[in-house]
Amino acid sequence: MDAFILQVLNGLDKGSAYALIALGLTLIFGTLGVVNFAHGALFMIGAFCAVTLQKILGISFQTIDDTQTDFLGNPLKVDTPYVEAWFGPEMGMAIQDWSVPLAILLVIPVMFFLGWVMERGLIKHFYTRPHADQILVTFGLAIVVGELIKAFYGANPIQTPAPDMFIGTLDVGVWLGMDAGSVAYPKWRLVYFAFSAVTIGAVFAFLQFTTFGMVVRAGMADRETVGLLGIDIDKRFTFMFGLAAAVAGMAGVMYTPILSPHYNIGMDFLVLSFVVVVVGGMGSLPGAVLAGFMLGILQSFASMNEVKAVIPGIDQIIIYLVAIIILLTRPRGLMGRKGVMEE
Amino acid sequence: MSKSNFSRRGVLKTGAIAGAGLALPTYLSAASHAGYTNAPTGSSVKFGFNVPQTGPYAEEGLDELRAQELAVEHLNGIGDGGMLNTFSEKNLQGDGILGKKVEFVTGDTQTKSDVARASAQSMIQKDGCVMINGGSSSGVAIAVQGLCQDAGVIFMAGLTHSNDTTGKDKKANGFRHFFNGYMSGAALGPVLEKEYGNERQAYHLTADYTWGWTQQESIAASTEALGWTTVQNVLTPVGAGDFSSYIAPILNSGADTLILNHYGGDMVNSLTQAIQFGLKDKQVNGKDFTIIVPLYSELMAAGAGSNIQGVFGSMNWNWQLQDAGTKAFVKSFGEKYGFPPSNAAHTCYVQTLLYADAVTRAGTFNPCGVAEALEDFDFDGMGNGPTTYRGSDHQCFKDVLVMKGSENPTNAYDTLEIVEVTPRAQVEYPVDHPMFAGGDLGECNPGA
Repeated sequence: MDAFILQVLNGLDKGSAYALIALGLTLIFGTLGVVNFAHGALFMIGAFCAVTLQKILGISFQTIDDTQTDFLGNPLKVDTPYVEAWFGPEMGMAIQDWSVPLAILLVIPVMFFLGWVMERGLIKHFYTRPHADQILVTFGLAIVVGELIKAFYGANPIQTPAPDMFIGTLDVGVWLGMDAGSVAYPKWRLVYFAFSAVTIGAVFAFLQFTTFGMVVRAGMADRETVGLLGIDIDKRFTFMFGLAAAVAGMAGVMYTPILSPHYNIGMDFLVLSFVVVVVGGMGSLPGAVLAGFMLGILQSFASMNEVKAVIPGIDQIIIYLVAIIILLTRPRGLMGRKGVMEE
Repeated sequence: MSKSNFSRRGVLKTGAIAGAGLALPTYLSAASHAGYTNAPTGSSVKFGFNVPQTGPYAEEGLDELRAQELAVEHLNGIGDGGMLNTFSEKNLQGDGILGKKVEFVTGDTQTKSDVARASAQSMIQKDGCVMINGGSSSGVAIAVQGLCQDAGVIFMAGLTHSNDTTGKDKKANGFRHFFNGYMSGAALGPVLEKEYGNERQAYHLTADYTWGWTQQESIAASTEALGWTTVQNVLTPVGAGDFSSYIAPILNSGADTLILNHYGGDMVNSLTQAIQFGLKDKQVNGKDFTIIVPLYSELMAAGAGSNIQGVFGSMNWNWQLQDAGTKAFVKSFGEKYGFPPSNAAHTCYVQTLLYADAVTRAGTFNPCGVAEALEDFDFDGMGNGPTTYRGSDHQCFKDVLVMKGSENPTNAYDTLEIVEVTPRAQVEYPVDHPMFAGGDLGECNPGA
């Protein structure tokens, strides 16, 4: 039972990341009809916003300590971060400790702007082109962004820890009436799940309960008719691209304490997220979220030793296996609409 | 009047053929100049540095490349000479090798065997390399070693730690300076016994390829000999990223020790995530839960940050050693790049110099001559103490370092501390040891 609950929590955690990326992909596909293979790169840029803020907060001035030597035997250069000099050591260290949550404030405008530039500068030229062209250009863009990140930050994963108060585990078992210590789960992973749930809820609420969202939904259903009503739907769709980029960026920032960011992290998520979108149903936002969590949990259970003892290697193929079964039985995915990508 | 049948063109042709015919026996017997792949004919000779510049082991590969470039500089007389000043052999004078300037080409293996083979093949066929140096993954090293054997060039392995590289997959044209999984187990065993006693329940997470398998086998054998029990060994894919679903089952498995047979970025992620799951703070079977990383590198330690504190592992070499060779190399590398070299960098640097020295002693670039010069070669001054390249399997034997993550690091490079320099005698094994059984060194192949 303990192992079962742990794998459910793990699945929800993985599923949160898949669902957030798939949500952004679906928003872009549903509004602009573009298959965006650079969406994983947006997740990665978000993650590196956290790295960048960590580095900015760590910018230091050097003093020479004659009492110590470096590895070459020269007097040791001691780095003191400016934030510690300006705000005092205690406050300065606290600011650096909270660099990941603070990066959310940075990532929203940065990613929204990047998304807007990407849509206006590149994607709009491919609206009328075949999906294969869109895939090629966005995939190429993802490779370029990955290489740029590698050139600036190197190839090694970079540690971006969560604030000290979120280090360690929470005794989830006690909440469920089990023995103390039977199900302990990392605090930050629980924070990530809660963050995902709130973000997904906020996006749905925005689309469902605001006039802007209503127009966007109408545009997704019938772009031409909305245009004939005198509404500049293109401008709203550009905004949605920026929003999708911001969601991917926030997902990337919050994921950094779970998985140290590296230049290829976007690609690792991209393929799985596309499977999630297809399984959920192209263009269906609830489908993307549902499929994200479902495949996350399935992947988690497939990694259990008991399951792998029966079917070795199942953890590597479970997502694709389920995708094949679902597409054979429900060709439009779990919640796909008729007519999407069928012409 | 008689008509002559000789023409100027005919005389030249006949002369050329006769000359070539007379020279042929000399050509065939002159092993020093021909009869082997990519025999250098000009004023330079080319090496191929085949390392991962992308993928989970990229950081190690890039550091290897830095060291290889430094070695070439030293061979060509640029810089302070580094370990050439401390090497027990004094054949290399900084004027290239056998009077030829050393050049090099680089390739990105991407930590993939097929890509590494294609890259090495291009280096041999297109660029004319006489020696390939690199690795950073045993799967890659074994694949490239096999290719070099078939092509007739020498492969000086870089970072490869699988027992199979000089075990069942050993080749006559391949040489490994780096230590192996068996040696890690032999060095770590006594230290782990002293630190954690004889009753431990060990859970292994193992990278699912040749290196992971043989390291796990070696460490399990070593710890079981102490009285430890191996609770479970779970194979994980290379580059998995999120290891949480492999770590969660450990919590209630009854294990009190986690052994991470992971390397590079995978180790950074799995160790960080294991600590996020609170493993290091747990008490199981009345003991503090402990984590062991049998194969360490400075780059991994830097990537793992404070998570590595107090964690035991082993290394081939470390920049903090105080012998003259280490000091010379650290000075050269540190002054050029601004930080200390990793043990991946060290092994590639040493391998490049060892190859150059062997060519000089053999008086030829012929791989069979070079192999003969390297077999059972004793040397010193390269940072590992007295070392021997065993002729029967082409494995180097030398001291091994047992390391621990620094408890109180004082600067950015103070990530690991040397716990013990395990003497070479403790990590030696017979060539027919069961963990190295199978395979055949075969005959040296000069190619062409």
